[in-house]
Amino acid sequence: MKKRWYDYLWIASLAYLILGFFNILFAWLGLLCFFIPLVLSLVKGTKSYCNRYCGRGQLFSLLGGQFGLSRKKDIPNWMKSKGLRYGFLIFFFVMFFQMLWNTALVFAGAHSLRQVVTLLWTFRLPWHWAYHGTLFHPGVAQFAFGFYSVMLTSTVLGLVTMVLFKPRSWCVYCPMGTMTQLICKAKNHNTK
Amino acid sequence: MEPTKRKKRKAVVSETDCVACGCCVKVCRLSAIRIVKGITARINADQCVGCGLCAKECPASVITIREVCL
Repeated sequence: MKKRWYDYLWIASLAYLILGFFNILFAWLGLLCFFIPLVLSLVKGTKSYCNRYCGRGQLFSLLGGQFGLSRKKDIPNWMKSKGLRYGFLIFFFVMFFQMLWNTALVFAGAHSLRQVVTLLWTFRLPWHWAYHGTLFHPGVAQFAFGFYSVMLTSTVLGLVTMVLFKPRSWCVYCPMGTMTQLICKAKNHNTK
Repeated sequence: MEPTKRKKRKAVVSETDCVACGCCVKVCRLSAIRIVKGITARINADQCVGCGLCAKECPASVITIREVCL
């Protein structure tokens, strides 16, 4: 099958993860992975982001498929249940708003900047080497640390399920995928 | 004499469980699958030859290969 330009977006996803180790402010670029799927589903009523442009999915496909880093076993039933998918979406939302709240506290001057990346919402990894100051408010950097935590955590979860189950197992419980599917369902509920 | 009905293998999607990720679309060499309105994958049974590539790829394992009478 002929490769299109969007088949190489895994390079962008990989570059994003690597750049976060050098300058945390690059984490802001990750907002594209939030807004593009939402806009596509809201405007076009499709999951074309998941279907075509998701670099992270392509990265898992590549690592788990061509590189053979996946057992290629079926994902357990509970992991693909609606309860887990919607539950994880809600959990992800709650943690995301908590991150926004922490950012707001830094913007308000109530908290000082914490140069840490929180992995799996629990483990605080020192990340000061990737912060070289900002021209803007420290809150801008706090958001970057928080957002990179979200992106790194989801990548780690995706990698674990890639190894244990099928390469793109992450797609089954990806909060963005669940959310865009819900939007598409709401938008197209009258049409079959 | 009545013609004997032939059984053919076809992919079947459990549409209520499909997450519409589109992995199956990418691997289908006959372009027999499409994602319908961001909700589910749907297979064009006329084009499907039941090769099983999509079933193998589907991360949610919601595609099965079944023998159907034609």
